Amino acid sequence: MIEVIAILILLAIAAAIIVVETTNLLFSVISVGAVGFLLAIIFLLLGAPDVAIVQIGVEVISLVILVRATMGRDVEPAVGRRDFVGMVVAVTLVVAIGLFGMQIFADFPEFGSSVMERVAQAPSNTYLREGLASTGTPNTVTAVLLDYRAYDTLGEVTVLFCAVMGVLAILRRKARVPLGGDDATEDRK
Amino acid sequence: MNGNPSNNGMGEIVETVARWLRGFILVYGISVVLYGHLSPGGGFEGGVVIACGFILLTLAGGEQQGQRFFSRRMALGFGSAGLLIFLVLALIGMGRADGAFLQNVIGTSDQAWFTLFSGGLIPLLNIGIGLLVASLLFLVFTLLATVGTAPEKEDPEGDDS
Amino acid sequence: MIYSLSLLLILVGLYGVVVNRNVMKIVLSLLVMEHGVHLLLILIGYRAEGRPPIMDATTAATEFAANAVDPLPQAMVLTSIVIGLGVLALLVALCVRLYQRYGTFDVTRMRRLRG
Repeated sequence: MIEVIAILILLAIAAAIIVVETTNLLFSVISVGAVGFLLAIIFLLLGAPDVAIVQIGVEVISLVILVRATMGRDVEPAVGRRDFVGMVVAVTLVVAIGLFGMQIFADFPEFGSSVMERVAQAPSNTYLREGLASTGTPNTVTAVLLDYRAYDTLGEVTVLFCAVMGVLAILRRKARVPLGGDDATEDRK
Repeated sequence: MNGNPSNNGMGEIVETVARWLRGFILVYGISVVLYGHLSPGGGFEGGVVIACGFILLTLAGGEQQGQRFFSRRMALGFGSAGLLIFLVLALIGMGRADGAFLQNVIGTSDQAWFTLFSGGLIPLLNIGIGLLVASLLFLVFTLLATVGTAPEKEDPEGDDS
Repeated sequence: MIYSLSLLLILVGLYGVVVNRNVMKIVLSLLVMEHGVHLLLILIGYRAEGRPPIMDATTAATEFAANAVDPLPQAMVLTSIVIGLGVLALLVALCVRLYQRYGTFDVTRMRRLRG
C-alpha cells in the first residue's frame, strides 16, 4: 500500500519537474493537470473520498481557466531563467529548506500512526466516537465541516466570495461613463 | 488562435450531446449536495460538480448559450442568496436563551438516522453552500474565459513617464 | 520516508516560483506548491489499514472510531482546495491585466509601477 502511494508521489514529482522546467506554456498547464489527477488518486487510496471529489472537480475547472488564459497570449514565449546569481541563490534556498525539513520529518512518527492514536484527548477521537450520536450525520467529514468546525466554513465562504469580487473588480471593462475625457487609461473608481 | 472560440460554440454534434448531458450532470450534482450527510459529498463537492455542468454548457454551446441559461446577474444573485441562507441559518441558533452562533438547533431522533431528512441543520447548510459554490465558480469561469484570447495590447506607455 | 516525498513536491514548486521569469509559470509553480501542502496534510492524518470516516448502518461506533482515518485534516484540506481555486482565479486575472498593460509575461520587463 505504501509502495503504491510512494510510486504515485514520485510520478507527481516528475510531472512537477516538467511544470517548472519546460519552455512551452501549454505543456506546463497539462502537467499541472497531471499532478492534480495523480493527487486525486492518492487521496482515494488514503481513504479520503470527499477530498478526491473536490480535487478532481477543481482541477478540471482550473485547467480550463488556465488553458483559456494562456492560449493566444504566448506571442513571445518569454520563458527562461534569471541570471546566474539568482540561480545560485534559488538553489541554495531550496536545499537549505529541504535539509531543514528532512530534519523535522525525522522526528515524526512513522507513516500510518496518526495523532489520534497517540494522544487520547485529540479532538478527532471525540468526532469519530460521538459524531453520529450528537449530530446525526454518518459522514464525519461533513459533520466536522458544518457542525464542529462551522466557523472555518464561514471563513472559507467569505474568502471565496472576496476572491470572486476581486476578479470582478480587476476585470472590469472600460467605464460606461468616460471619466474626464480620456478613455485610454483604466477606470479606477 | 483564430477568432474567439467562446462565442462560436463547437458545432452541432457537441452542442446536442452537451444539452442532453446537462440535465444528468445537474441532477447528479444536486443529489451529491443533498445526500452529503449520508455518503461522500456535501456542499463543496456538489457545488463543484454543478459548476462543471454549467461550464460544459458554456464551452459546447458558446457564450450566448451559457449566458441564456445562467447569466452573470443570476449567478451573482444565486451566490448571494446562498450566502444569505447560510448566515440566516447560522443566526437562528442565537435566538434561544443558551444558543450560540451556528448551533445545530433542529434535533433529530434516533429513528431518523441514515435517512434523507436527518442531521438537523446540516443538510440546509449544505444546500446554501452548494448554491454559493456552484454560482461563484461558474461566475469566475465566465469572467476569466471570455476575456478574449486575442492579445488586446493597449499602447504600452513604455518608458516615458 | 514518505513525508519527505511530499516535501520534495513543495520544494520543486518553490524552486519554480523563485527561478522562473514568466509570470504565468510562477502561478503554475504556486499551484504545485499548494498540491504538495495538501498532500502532506492528508498523509499526516492517515491511519494504517484505515477506512474512510463515513459510517454506514452496520458499523458500531467504537470499532468505527478505532479504524477510521482522521477526519479533521480532510475537512481542512477540502476548504483549502476550494479557496485555492479562488486564489488561482485572482492570480490569473492579475496576469491577464499585466499582459494588457505591458504586452509581455516577462517579469524582468515590468519595471514601472503605475500610480
